[in-house]
Amino acid sequence: MELQSYLILSAITFVIGVVGVLARRNAIIVFMSIELMLNSANLSLVAFSSFLGDVRGQMLVFFAMTVAAAEAAVGLAIIIAMYRNKQTVNLEEINILKW
Amino acid sequence: MNLETILFYFLGAISVGSALMMVTRRNPVIAALYLILNFFALGGLYLTLHAQFIAFIQILVYAGAIMVLFLFVIMLLNLGDEKQLRERISYKKIVGAGLSFGVLMELVYVIGFSGATLPPSRFEKAVEVGTVEHIGLELFTTFLFPFEVTSILLLVAIVGAVVLAKKKLK
Repeated sequence: MELQSYLILSAITFVIGVVGVLARRNAIIVFMSIELMLNSANLSLVAFSSFLGDVRGQMLVFFAMTVAAAEAAVGLAIIIAMYRNKQTVNLEEINILKW
Repeated sequence: MNLETILFYFLGAISVGSALMMVTRRNPVIAALYLILNFFALGGLYLTLHAQFIAFIQILVYAGAIMVLFLFVIMLLNLGDEKQLRERISYKKIVGAGLSFGVLMELVYVIGFSGATLPPSRFEKAVEVGTVEHIGLELFTTFLFPFEVTSILLLVAIVGAVVLAKKKLK
């Protein structure tokens, strides 16, 4: 397989994640779409790392996964706090900081 | 068609299909299960790229730990029935999806048809680069400081999650 195939696959999954963030109104599904986008970036990093024979791309993926774990913990705690205050995860009703 | 090509198309189709299903499902539990399937397909793709360590970390950490956290939260919030959360199709969403599709077309053009010079074939060293031994050696020599900083980040995340999810701040 060529490098282009992996990069295009990564671009497709990334754009699906973008559409999920833009079109869905369920906070949990928006959050899962963000995880999908993080993973598609990881795929292109691993593909470059493998095709260049360079370990640094895989180290970056390792650290990105650690940051994603921390982000998931904090983000889900925020969703729980939001749900406790407003009894909903609908992002159209959570609009105190929007105009 | 060698085995590698077949595997790539098979896993890529699973990955794209499960991502689409994840984005379109109404029930968040089913969406989370499709995301787990997507992570397994990505783990397989990492294996075809000879990144064994990252592949297993993907399945252990992402599919194992992070998605279990997601499922816990979904079940804790009791979001099983989604009837009160109606998703309306508005002009904003259509414009957003159209713009995202434009971004996809741009990315495909830049990657595939613009004549960018990408490395043509796999580096021979790729097989030994992805092993646990090689990654551990790099992690504890060159990347020792970022590795230690990561522990502080995780500690801060744990404290932040506990503080945010607590019932009342005194």
